[in-house]
Amino acid sequence: MIEFIISFLPRAIAQGIPLLYGSTGEIITQKSGNLNLGIPGVMYVGGICGVIGAFLYEQSLPSPEAMNSLLAVLIPTLCCLLGSLLMGLLFCFLTVTLRANQNVSGLALTTFGVGFGNFFGGSLVKLSGADMPFLALSATSNCFKKSLPIADKMGVLGDLVFGYSFLVYLAIAIALVASYIINRSRIGLHLRAVGENPSTADSAGINVNRYKYLATCIGCMIAGLGGLYYVMDYASGIWANDAFGDRGWLAIALVIFTIWRPNVGVLASFLFGGLYILHMYIPSGMNLAVKELYKMLPYVVTIIVLIISSLRNQRDKQPPASLGLAYFREDR
Amino acid sequence: MNKQVREPLFHISKRGDMPWYFGWSIRAAAIILALISCGIISTLVTGENPIQIYATIIDGSFGSMRKFWVLLQNTAMLLCVALALTPAFKMRFWNLGGEGQALAGALAAAACMILMKGQSNALVMSCMVITSILAGALWGCIPAFFKAKFNTNETLFTLMMNYVAIQLVAYFSVVWENPKGSGNIGVINPNSMIGWFPTIGGQKYLLNVLIVAVITIGMYIYLNYSKQGYEIAVVGESERTARYVGIKVEKVIIRTMLISGAICGIAGLLLVGGTNHTLNSAIVDGRGFTAVMVAWLAKFNPIWMIFTSFLLVFLGRGAGEIATDFGLNQSYGDILTGIILFFIIGSEFFITYKLSFHKASKKEEK
Repeated sequence: MIEFIISFLPRAIAQGIPLLYGSTGEIITQKSGNLNLGIPGVMYVGGICGVIGAFLYEQSLPSPEAMNSLLAVLIPTLCCLLGSLLMGLLFCFLTVTLRANQNVSGLALTTFGVGFGNFFGGSLVKLSGADMPFLALSATSNCFKKSLPIADKMGVLGDLVFGYSFLVYLAIAIALVASYIINRSRIGLHLRAVGENPSTADSAGINVNRYKYLATCIGCMIAGLGGLYYVMDYASGIWANDAFGDRGWLAIALVIFTIWRPNVGVLASFLFGGLYILHMYIPSGMNLAVKELYKMLPYVVTIIVLIISSLRNQRDKQPPASLGLAYFREDR
Repeated sequence: MNKQVREPLFHISKRGDMPWYFGWSIRAAAIILALISCGIISTLVTGENPIQIYATIIDGSFGSMRKFWVLLQNTAMLLCVALALTPAFKMRFWNLGGEGQALAGALAAAACMILMKGQSNALVMSCMVITSILAGALWGCIPAFFKAKFNTNETLFTLMMNYVAIQLVAYFSVVWENPKGSGNIGVINPNSMIGWFPTIGGQKYLLNVLIVAVITIGMYIYLNYSKQGYEIAVVGESERTARYVGIKVEKVIIRTMLISGAICGIAGLLLVGGTNHTLNSAIVDGRGFTAVMVAWLAKFNPIWMIFTSFLLVFLGRGAGEIATDFGLNQSYGDILTGIILFFIIGSEFFITYKLSFHKASKKEEK
């Protein structure tokens, strides 16, 4: 049993971290009343921008030994943040400034983002001249994967608690800080007011558009880090087209599952990660078909949570009231 | 006041009524702008001259008879899903589950073809039609039921239902795998061709196109000239008004989603029976999502949807052709589609709102 936990838990957490980044970002976005269905695209863009940064840095070096590990982490991270920020700005420009429909804009953003990721991913693979259909940035990945030195000395506890890279702890820290800010600070109060009832917030002197822009852009940058974590840490620096899969949608599922609470998201993302890889641990023998049914679990669980939360109809467990609606002052 | 008030550069207000061609000319301008920027980007990426790029786009759809028929077929399929989503959207029910509903229909059709061994073609085919319509309707009805009874968020619910359907199809792909161990279903009934739709006039896709044409006209009439279509419009505009005039909103929601899901089921049926003769979880190919944009771009008018779905398929295939000809990655098409969508989405603003610039703001100061 202990062995099972030691092998299962870190993998579940590793699977959960991209979802945690994605869902924390999406919760901040949704709290401002913007339903950004472009998160899957943003995560792709975040991932590929990090890869582009790392690729250019690795190419510029005379030899892999010359790599400065601080720069190797900093350059891809900044590229990733910049790429996802641009995606966020695009979404905001369409939905907040031009008041376009959020569902349609989000889906277009996803189409664009996934295409962008796969296009540049495929082109980089070609540029690197590899025979394989993927791009390996193992040197950069090693810098990202450095864990605390004390982890090795602490046995089981070290593996389970301290054995992760900094992006894992960063994800948890961001989620907890986001939760604190949303629920306990004045900024969070204003943000929630904007998401619940923008015209009331507007009359109270809150700049609705500024909050929507900031929340969505910050949300996108956090979600983009999820893509970066996936490529650099989880996939060991290997970019393959479409490898990221449907994790972006799963992150949106996680938003509902946690009922818009990032702190709950920490544990819930581990649970989702566990559900996502559960099929590998089920002794199904030759019956491969059942594994496909297990992959359904995260979605089914989300649907059940969605139904239950609407059944109970408690005011604090509902989506932000003006979620998905554009705000126009003169429409009141 | 000591503080100087900053005048905004322009003022935004809603437009009143305007002639119908006004909106469409703005949209056309947006599409042309989008095409120009796609041309510029393609020129930068490939280094070819722009005229060559546009010629390649056109070649992708009209280069040969076969390409033209593929264009028609893809347009018909996308249009079919978009038509299915339209009544729900008119009701302000954001059905993002077209993908899952079409997959449910496809799964039912394939199940009939695989499981009804030794039956006559007519029997199998009628079973396919009935079960796939029912399966699609069921898949659409589940979120509608919860929306009607408990006001469950339908956008997220239908979105999640897609992935349940995808995994369900993945499950049956392994259960019915052929040959064993391949993990996917090959072409079903390749010799007996039971359950394959007949070819009309030697054209494999003509039947699909005709069926979708009938659905288009039917949907136009249903939405514009029937009592139910009117009820949908009222519920969409204002649920309170609908209740006040005695429309049973719950009934309308469930009924409309039954129709929406059923037509998605037909799309799945056409994909399995009339096009691919096989089943896999990617058979709908993201049409459930693209259809949302098709329907929205056409302002939920079934006739305009013919153009919008044609436009998106045409551009997608054109971009694919550019990718093949110039040795680019196939995802290039997605990037171009995304850019074009951004332009059209952005153009809606200029149709709904008017910008008035404050030229004389200084004179107004006293």
